[in-house]
Amino acid sequence: MTAPILALKSINKSFGPIDVLHDITLEVRPGEVLCLLGDNGAGKSTLIKILSGVHQPTTGTIELDGQEVTFPAPRVAQEAGISTVHQFGGTFPLMSIGRSFFIGVEPTKGWGPFKVYDRARANAIAVKAVQEMGITRITDGDRLVGGLSGGERQSLAIARAVHFGARVLILDEPTAALGVKQATHVLRIVNEAKRRGLAVIFITHQVMHAMAVGDHFAVLIRGAVAADFRKGEKTREEITDLMAGGASMASLEAEIEGYMASHGGHPPPLTQA
Amino acid sequence: MTSTTANRPADTTPAQGPALSIGGLLRRPEAGAFLGLLAVLLFFAAFGGLTFLKPAGMSSWLNVAANLGIIAIPVGLLMIAGELDISVGAMVPFGAMTVAVISGHYGLSIWLGIAVTMTFGVTVGLINGYMVIRTAVPSLIVTLGSLFAVQGIVLGLTVLITKSTSVALTVQGPAKAIFGDFLFGGQLQVMVLWWLALTAAYVFFVHLSPKGNWIFAMGGDKVSARNAGIPTDRMTILLFVLSSTSAAFIGMCQAILYNSAQVAGGQSFIFNSIISVVVGGVLLTGGFGSVVGIFFGTITFAIVNQGIYYTDFDRNWSALIIGVLLLLAVLMNNTFRKMALSATTKKKGA
Ligand SMILES: Nc1ncnc2c1ncn2[C@@H]1O[C@H](COP(=O)(O)OP(=O)(O)O)[C@@H](O)[C@H]1O
Ligand SMILES: [Mg+2]
Repeated sequence: MTAPILALKSINKSFGPIDVLHDITLEVRPGEVLCLLGDNGAGKSTLIKILSGVHQPTTGTIELDGQEVTFPAPRVAQEAGISTVHQFGGTFPLMSIGRSFFIGVEPTKGWGPFKVYDRARANAIAVKAVQEMGITRITDGDRLVGGLSGGERQSLAIARAVHFGARVLILDEPTAALGVKQATHVLRIVNEAKRRGLAVIFITHQVMHAMAVGDHFAVLIRGAVAADFRKGEKTREEITDLMAGGASMASLEAEIEGYMASHGGHPPPLTQA
Repeated sequence: MTSTTANRPADTTPAQGPALSIGGLLRRPEAGAFLGLLAVLLFFAAFGGLTFLKPAGMSSWLNVAANLGIIAIPVGLLMIAGELDISVGAMVPFGAMTVAVISGHYGLSIWLGIAVTMTFGVTVGLINGYMVIRTAVPSLIVTLGSLFAVQGIVLGLTVLITKSTSVALTVQGPAKAIFGDFLFGGQLQVMVLWWLALTAAYVFFVHLSPKGNWIFAMGGDKVSARNAGIPTDRMTILLFVLSSTSAAFIGMCQAILYNSAQVAGGQSFIFNSIISVVVGGVLLTGGFGSVVGIFFGTITFAIVNQGIYYTDFDRNWSALIIGVLLLLAVLMNNTFRKMALSATTKKKGA
């Protein structure tokens, strides 16, 4: 097995009195997809915010290539090659593909104070990068990002991270809001990133999506790693049960049926999505 | 600006010509503003004849457009960046009064008056900007606060110092010629030249220089912009400094032009600048717009504001026209934006 790019050692995180993460130890390797699974509120987003420099761990250390590092700001994590694509793509709907691709690192032409944004070059590079990731439908860098489908937007954001030399790609629920076809799209791009040797941290609560691309799985329950296993070591049902917090799916079903029987056939009310 | 179809990468499929150019046109925020300007021109040409396009008529609306436009562009840039500045309404009389008190009431050098006025403009902008980035209070509220605070300071200090609410100022020589005179002894104010020059500078800064991109990113998604390494705080402060300094500048120029300053007046700039910006195609919630659009929007506003004098309509109706124009412009710009979003170079697969 290759050496890990990124290693988390006993990470704890509290927001004031609220303990969100407990003693998290995880490793990410190049060319591997680590799936971070867990129910809503399990602490997945908090964990990746620590990796991307948004939050600092309360205790514990992060190692990059075996060296202890800190990410006091998102910029620092980015410069270390850790790139995060947020839940909704983090892109700018009313900006052109070319401009949003190069946000913050705009290519220029000309000299001195008359350096101008090089639109043609930005568009050409952005379109090429997206197409190389397999999204051949994007051909016009002047198109507005908001006109792309959800899957295309995610793909654009991933292509951007890959283009700018990301070594670790963090995807926070990239498929959560997508239909089956769009999600397949994104999963294909995740595989492409993996093929290029990136380490991918893929966050989801959809077990099917995780199983389609994952090499290594970690299940987070109430801020702690409840299970850490490799591909093929657990079945889909076992993973689903784990995510449900140990209560097996079968007993959950029995519980619902019991509820419906005692409530005139009505399912339990949905508490908060 | 470069044409939309020039310098395309060679690998794009041909046979996209017409769809592309329509898409490219729709993506321009000023497209709607330009059509609005044409409609207003036609309207006043039909009801008032072409007098307002003759030199005397033109200078009347060009003067209005210049004074408003110098303020509207930075106000519009703030809106593109997702912020608002309504304190400009107090900065105009503040600028006028500062120069009038220093160089009129105290009779000190006009250049000192100009320097202090500009310094005050920058200072208020810094305060606005810092308050917006340091607190989570929306900039509408922050600048509402500074609007009243500055109004209070202007009224209080002016009455305290001069025992009056109006101060005379006489300026001669180069300062008069540069900041507050009529061009060629006619009716056109020198501010028109300032406006054109500043518009050109803003076009360069916003649409050609790489930093312009940051303003749009900030309005589109501030957190992502910051995470992408854009110094959003510094940019926000810079934009607030631009708007309040521009407003103080206009007040100062008006005092030099008209040889006096009043404590009141200036509030009209709040709504008029927002109207010009929105008619110019800037999205109220940020992330979309253009300097050229704001330029057209300002001219449109100025023509409606002044054009009414050249028609048989009662002057009182101009507010109605402006109201209707604003609503139409917003509706049209929304439609254009939707079309721009769906504009593709080829048909989308199912
Ligand atoms: N900034 C914060 N301050 C306080 N509590 C927070 C903060 N961010 C997250 N939390 C809490 O941490 C828990 C985990 O949240 P999150 O990491 O977003 O979970 P997930 O992404 O797995 O759904 C939640 O209970 C949430 O309320
Ligand atoms: Mg989350």
